[in-house]
Amino acid sequence: MTLARRIIPCLDTDGARVVKGVNFAGLRDAGDPAVLAARYNAEGADELVVLDIAASRDQRPTFLETIRRVAAELAIPLTAGGGIRSLEDARAVVLAGADKVTVNTAAVARPVLISELSREFGSQAVVVAIDGKRTAKGWDVMVRGGRESAGLDAIAWAQQGVSLGAGEILLTSVDRDGTQLGFDVPLTAAISREVSVPLIASGGAKLPEHFAEIFSEGAADAALAASIFHDNVQSIRELKHFLAANGIEVRLPC
Amino acid sequence: MIVTLLDYGAGNATSVERALKRLGADSIRAGAPEQIADAQVIVLPGVGHFATLIRTLDERALRPPLLDAIARGVPFLGICLGLQALYESSEEAPSLSGLTLLAGKVRGLPSSVKLPHMGWNQVRIERPSRLLENVSADAYFYFAHSYAAVDLDRSEACVAACTHGANFAAVLEHKNVCAVQFHPEKSGAPGAQILRNFLELAA
Repeated sequence: MTLARRIIPCLDTDGARVVKGVNFAGLRDAGDPAVLAARYNAEGADELVVLDIAASRDQRPTFLETIRRVAAELAIPLTAGGGIRSLEDARAVVLAGADKVTVNTAAVARPVLISELSREFGSQAVVVAIDGKRTAKGWDVMVRGGRESAGLDAIAWAQQGVSLGAGEILLTSVDRDGTQLGFDVPLTAAISREVSVPLIASGGAKLPEHFAEIFSEGAADAALAASIFHDNVQSIRELKHFLAANGIEVRLPC
Repeated sequence: MIVTLLDYGAGNATSVERALKRLGADSIRAGAPEQIADAQVIVLPGVGHFATLIRTLDERALRPPLLDAIARGVPFLGICLGLQALYESSEEAPSLSGLTLLAGKVRGLPSSVKLPHMGWNQVRIERPSRLLENVSADAYFYFAHSYAAVDLDRSEACVAACTHGANFAAVLEHKNVCAVQFHPEKSGAPGAQILRNFLELAA
């Protein structure tokens, strides 16, 4: 009886539709978020993440409606994010049906946002998303969709996020994202071992072996992927059976 | 039957509402003392901080009608923080009194493990349970908490326990009072079965 490692599909949306791109660029349509949510809920996904990658102010009502439609399909937890800059933004997302909110660029710009959200909703509802990129010395924190360096060390920022009240870290490797070469094991392991909260690894997954490796070598508590699930490159059901057969504790779909 | 969801402004009332609706049960959100006094079935769907829940109960004068209703035998289900509120107090806000329907103190889970205890875990059935009827013994449930009824898993009310750094009570049944530390509204088919069992025993 131990805590199962989680498999989390991610829906990157433009507010209304699921979109995808490589290395944060070149977007194309990948379907209706509510339809995909229903499918992943049935296939044994442990949670779902839905992001508004455009995060424009005008599109907010559309994205909130998307959260409502997605939440209605789920009997598993939902994390929502993209463009959350204030307590009010987060409250709207929670009221629309998200169990957790994820913050990235806005938290780097104003770290106290993490504390505000944690006080209001509890740390279990606050996910700090970090986009890490390899440098000569370690890993830099990238912001604005992975395009700009924040000039922060990723490990130090993860630790600061936790001390401010983050209940989880969603770590994306900018170097691996969209490459399908596998998760970034050194980055993930470095941060997972330095923080006291669960860590979700993201970026670069394709094969079942990539997931097995990020749980064993990378010490990740959960693993997130997008297009390999949307495109049926990898079924969640088969992935979980592979992991179970390799001695990794997972919740098998019924 | 209409379920009264004790609404103190926490985030998960919507998902509990939706999960009950899927099972054919209507619910109303209640935040006023007279609504609690009139309730036939009460669900306390807590998330967040122990202090927020207890302070809100007291500021809105909800504690006396809630305790009266429970004493009258009104079926009650506490979820997550709604389980923790049943005890005398919590380390999360040591100066505040819980509902004190159960003996013991809620404590922080040990820092030897990652906290919050976040994700899907199994429970160990300690005694026969109505809430766990038709739920497979190896079912997983979704947990998201850092405090728990630690070492209270051997108490009379505890029907199932869980372990994350320490043993703690995961499912409680004591007369008309039921409670779960996990989120049945987020726990797929086994979670829905627990809600269904509660609705049946409340009917």
